[in-house]
Amino acid sequence: MSLAWVLTLGAFLFSVGVYGVLARKNAVLVLMSIELMLNSVNINLIAFNAWFRDSAAVGQIFALFIITVAAAEVGVGLAIVLLVFRNRKTINVDEVDLLKW
Amino acid sequence: MSWPAVFVAIFGAVAAISAVAVVLSRNVVHAALSLVVVLGAAGAIFLVLGAEFVGWTQILIYVGAIVVLLLFGLMLTAAPIGKHALDNQQRGVAFLTSAAVFGVFTFIIWRSFGSQRIHLNQVVRTSDIGRSLFSGYILPFEVVSVLLLAALVGAIVLAKKD
Amino acid sequence: MVAALFAQEAAGATHVANIVTRNAWIIPAIPAIAVVLIWALGKRLPRGGSEIGIIGMLAAAILSYVVLANYIGGNGPLVVKQLQWFPFGLGQKLGLGIRMDGLTAIMFPVVTTVSLMVQIYSTGYMHGEKRFTWYYTALNLFTGSMLLLVVSNNLLQLLVGWELVGICSYLLIGFWWEEKANSDAAIKAFITTKTGDIPFLIGIFVLFASTHTFDIGQIIAKAEAHQIPTITLTAAAILLFGGAVGKSAQFPLYVWLPDAMAGPTPVSALIHAATMVTAGVFLVARMFPVFEGSVAAMNVVAIIGAVTMVLAALLAMVQDDIKRVLAYSTISQLAYMMAALGVGAGNAGIFHLYTHAWFKALLFLGAGSVIHSVHSNNMSEMGGLRKVMPTTYWTFVVATLALAGIFPFAGFWSKDEILTEAFRVGYGSTAAHGTAWVGYLVYGVGVLTAFLTAFYMSRAVHLTFEGEYRGAGHPHESARAMTLPLQILGVLSVVAGFVGIPAWRHGFAAWVGVGGEVKVSSANFWLIAISLLVALGGLYLGRRLYMPAPATEPLERLGWFHTLLVNKYYLDDFYMNGIVKPIRDSISQAMYWLNQNVFDGAVNGAAAVTRAGARKLYDNVDQKVIDGTVNAVGIGTQDGSRFLRYIQSGDVQRYAAVLFGGVAVLVLLFTLVFR
Repeated sequence: MSLAWVLTLGAFLFSVGVYGVLARKNAVLVLMSIELMLNSVNINLIAFNAWFRDSAAVGQIFALFIITVAAAEVGVGLAIVLLVFRNRKTINVDEVDLLKW
Repeated sequence: MSWPAVFVAIFGAVAAISAVAVVLSRNVVHAALSLVVVLGAAGAIFLVLGAEFVGWTQILIYVGAIVVLLLFGLMLTAAPIGKHALDNQQRGVAFLTSAAVFGVFTFIIWRSFGSQRIHLNQVVRTSDIGRSLFSGYILPFEVVSVLLLAALVGAIVLAKKD
Repeated sequence: MVAALFAQEAAGATHVANIVTRNAWIIPAIPAIAVVLIWALGKRLPRGGSEIGIIGMLAAAILSYVVLANYIGGNGPLVVKQLQWFPFGLGQKLGLGIRMDGLTAIMFPVVTTVSLMVQIYSTGYMHGEKRFTWYYTALNLFTGSMLLLVVSNNLLQLLVGWELVGICSYLLIGFWWEEKANSDAAIKAFITTKTGDIPFLIGIFVLFASTHTFDIGQIIAKAEAHQIPTITLTAAAILLFGGAVGKSAQFPLYVWLPDAMAGPTPVSALIHAATMVTAGVFLVARMFPVFEGSVAAMNVVAIIGAVTMVLAALLAMVQDDIKRVLAYSTISQLAYMMAALGVGAGNAGIFHLYTHAWFKALLFLGAGSVIHSVHSNNMSEMGGLRKVMPTTYWTFVVATLALAGIFPFAGFWSKDEILTEAFRVGYGSTAAHGTAWVGYLVYGVGVLTAFLTAFYMSRAVHLTFEGEYRGAGHPHESARAMTLPLQILGVLSVVAGFVGIPAWRHGFAAWVGVGGEVKVSSANFWLIAISLLVALGGLYLGRRLYMPAPATEPLERLGWFHTLLVNKYYLDDFYMNGIVKPIRDSISQAMYWLNQNVFDGAVNGAAAVTRAGARKLYDNVDQKVIDGTVNAVGIGTQDGSRFLRYIQSGDVQRYAAVLFGGVAVLVLLFTLVFR
């Protein structure tokens, strides 16, 4: 199969994720979009690994690390969201804008 | 087209459609469940491309743990139930930016890799991953363990009531 | 990336390595598994975990003898196996491996058998202890570490085993840590051996810098092929010897061993008589070609050995605590082994290590039996125990005769081989290397020490077992669990030496092959006669002076010399007052004064001058010229920012949008414009 089409799929998912990060109001939905972006990177890496076929499977190792880091990030991110919710009673990203002029 | 290519195309399409559903849906739970479909389709793509360990890890961790975590997050922060307007004011800008990003990436991809083909003739076994991970990449492995520990401690410290 | 690489060489062997020898890593693995099992299950078992320890050690011992069978008769196989683990730069990979040759094959049975005897003995001695299970855990951890040290094929792995045995020694010496004296002794042991470990580590790095490998086999090969410059060999050998001085309690780092007697007596038998302290001797033997390449290093080893052996023997004469007599005796005997290695008689040194392990362990266990019975370490509270504790008495006597070097007990053969070799080096008529005067020195000091050894052991035996009982308790013979190891070790003390007798063509030397060659000279009747006479003389003098236990210590007639010995040559005081206290007290006070008065004074003076000059500058230049400029800039910035700050809207997603847009633009720029 064509490598470029798989990479294009990855790019598409990435851009959809970008849209989600920029356009959603609920913080947890933003986190979900970030997960979409990370997954698209993983698809990219695995596709490259399947194309390159090195003996150490570096692409897959990298993808594993990304999954791990994503898990850690979601954990901490949700903790922050909970804290914000506790303090402000809302997790609308629009309404958390005190750090301004 | 060979069978793997067919499967990648099918799962890719499923993933793409569900991804759009994640970001456009007006019901938060529908969005979360669409995310499950995306992640599962991605895992299936990994399996087809010969990454058996990464694929199952994807299902295990992403679908099994991270999505559940996100659903818990939704529940604990009083997410709006049912249909609501979930998008903010800069929808237009967002669409333009993401289209620009997609355009640029696709352009570069086709310029550099347009003629390359994937030849699937091997499955990378878990033992190969294990061997590689525990000899050559032992240092990043240990660092990531410390990272997970830090994230764990950090999440607990942040979220506890005091 | 290939992670596992197995390499196996079997060099010119008459014997083919049997399956246990090829997989010799299993022998250190058994006590390691025992540690985990005892720790997990020990408290629930009827005998507190000692069953696991004893069965495990029995299995390890049997396997050790199977391995030894490969090497009996000489021409044993050399088995080197290793697992390449991970790369650490400089193109090297760190390995885990085993190296089996004659030397290892001898060390295995010694370590496992003595450990087995000690574990059986401890079921009686440590009966009722509240930390019984922990004791067995630590004992097995120690044995596993020592076996790891012995079987290692690269220096880093050996260092790991080395440090581990140091930790176990610390844990076991401080077993009864509720008494401050015991924990102090443990810390002293640890720090003193650590002082020796620093040059050891540097020595390893010196060798690495020259040979680019940690692998022992490759280093030895390069040393033998004269590919390492002599100056490097000298430096590395002396540095490595530093570690041996610490671990094997040679001058000047022997001060920890007598204090280490604060630990339980079976621990002293295992660690501080037969195994851990011999690690230093083992190291020198293992790296023998490195030492042989430098005459200076060999002489250092031999001279320190000679000095230590007589210093320690003199100290042993004046002790009241029976364990301290044995401790100083151990230091002295280890010095014999070091001196033997120093004059090039590696096989003789290891032969003595092997025989010494049996009779010294026996002496310690026997002392433990006595201590357990009279509840006191001091010989002034003993006496007359011969009638009450016959098994202990007879085994103790056998061990004493072996230590003194009386025909035909084990110590006779090994000690005489050392003395013969030393004399031959002095005479210049042997295949061993060495400087002539050093050989004579070692011989002379060795004969003197043999006399002293016989004397102080005879003194100990008579004060403990003969005469009338001077203490306050009710002494009795010890339990079967304690007397059985005594008997087994007693038999070994008699027969173990026969493997090295001249009539058998020095079989032992051929098996061990320290330094790869068999270098033994034939026995000399006159030398043997001299050493026998000297030993018998020492024994007789002891009996003369101590047979009816004297009211006052006869050695006090030596006056100032006696005081010097009782105060251990004031070496401990020197360390405390000469090194520890000055650094802690005087030097820090002096530095503080220097800091407050000199440095701060200069700083303050400079400050005053600067202040006056600054005032002038301030009034003229600063207020008018510079401030004016600065104010103008400030007002301009303020006006500008009042207009710019609306960019920061507080909306994170707006920032993100700009960010991603910028990324897209930059990526395009970099691919199309900047090539």
